[in-house]
Amino acid sequence: MLSQKTKDTLLGPLNVNNPVVVQVLGICSALAVTVQLKPALVMGIAVTIIVAMANVIVSLIRNTIPMRIRIIIQLVVVAALVTLVSEVLKAFAYDVAMQLSVYLGLIITNCILMGRLEAFAMTNNAWDSFLDGLGNGFGYAIILIIVAFFRELLGSGALLGYQVIPDSWYAAGYENCGMMMMPAMALILVGCIIWAHRSINKEEK
Amino acid sequence: MKLNTNSNVYTIVYATIVVIIVAVLLALVSQVLSPRQAANVKLDQQKQMLVALNQELGADPAALYESLVRDTIDSENAKPGIFRFEVEGATKYVLRLHGAGLWGGIGGYIALDEDKNTIFGINFNHESETPGLGALIVEEPFRSQFIGKHIRNAEGEIVSVVVLKKGNQAENGEEQVDAVSGATITSTGVSDMLKANLCDEYKEFLTAEGDKQGDSLQTAEGDKPLEEEE
Repeated sequence: MLSQKTKDTLLGPLNVNNPVVVQVLGICSALAVTVQLKPALVMGIAVTIIVAMANVIVSLIRNTIPMRIRIIIQLVVVAALVTLVSEVLKAFAYDVAMQLSVYLGLIITNCILMGRLEAFAMTNNAWDSFLDGLGNGFGYAIILIIVAFFRELLGSGALLGYQVIPDSWYAAGYENCGMMMMPAMALILVGCIIWAHRSINKEEK
Repeated sequence: MKLNTNSNVYTIVYATIVVIIVAVLLALVSQVLSPRQAANVKLDQQKQMLVALNQELGADPAALYESLVRDTIDSENAKPGIFRFEVEGATKYVLRLHGAGLWGGIGGYIALDEDKNTIFGINFNHESETPGLGALIVEEPFRSQFIGKHIRNAEGEIVSVVVLKKGNQAENGEEQVDAVSGATITSTGVSDMLKANLCDEYKEFLTAEGDKQGDSLQTAEGDKPLEEEE
């Protein structure tokens, strides 16, 4: 059903060509929104939607864009989409919008978006660009979710806001790791993921 | 392509059209969604006030708010906001607080009993305090320390409540709560915010006008011995 090329376009970014752990893009927001699982999930979804839609739009108008202002046009498309998503979130998911606050606006500067638009959407058709956007969005989201999973579990003893570490553990002297709440731990976790990812992929090659 | 997409005229026209389309689109969306957004902001404030009043939010916070709120004094004015509630037959005043923390603004709502002295409950919010440290001011263990404290000293003057490192003693006889350890600046910010708001901004309401209102409410309901010290 899917040709090898489309498969690579869609699934490559999930693993061998992951935007976060291989290309090391979008780290800034990965550090900022991963204290809890819920904002990480929403951020992942928001980036996926925006990168996929921006890819499609830029791909559709790629032949009309004047080369000298192409980066500016890409930025305008991304900025418009980000503003749209943030307005919609404020209207329909206010709590989440407040949690993401400035980071939602910072999607505009997320290197993954500009990278995909410039490297892929400018030279490929709309359908492939859409798949590429989805793939890269998911690749970004999956790393955010892994990091947020460990940070929320070890830092707050909860997942998605629900306490999972039983009270009896706390009574027995278990304590939440306060370090996990600091942005620095997200960087260290991303480092661990990159380490694991590289050593696994080296064996494959 | 017949058009030369690299010519100056084409570039300028193209940029203009793109910008106009985007501007119209965003303006439209903003217009359509703004009532919903305003409703969300209002609901969020109502929820925060309900938390300050130690209420369980439940499924429909807006209805709960409507059932408890009596009137708002000065609420049109964005900064100072005074709200009168009735919780289980007793009048409570909720005052909006605003101040500065370590990284950004902090705010909150303080609920006072009708003697305008005893703290019934309090709620804080913050823009960007450090997670796990300063951000702990919004958590229940820190907030619950305030419940039952008095914002007036023995002479009936408004002195606020101070937030102090454990083991320290307040200088002027204010009642005190323990600071969040490791978050000195945020804790001081909370202390300063309470002082500035209660001793200054809401002074008029809490003293002169308040005594009259307190008296009339006392005679009307008469279920609590109030303001004896005055």
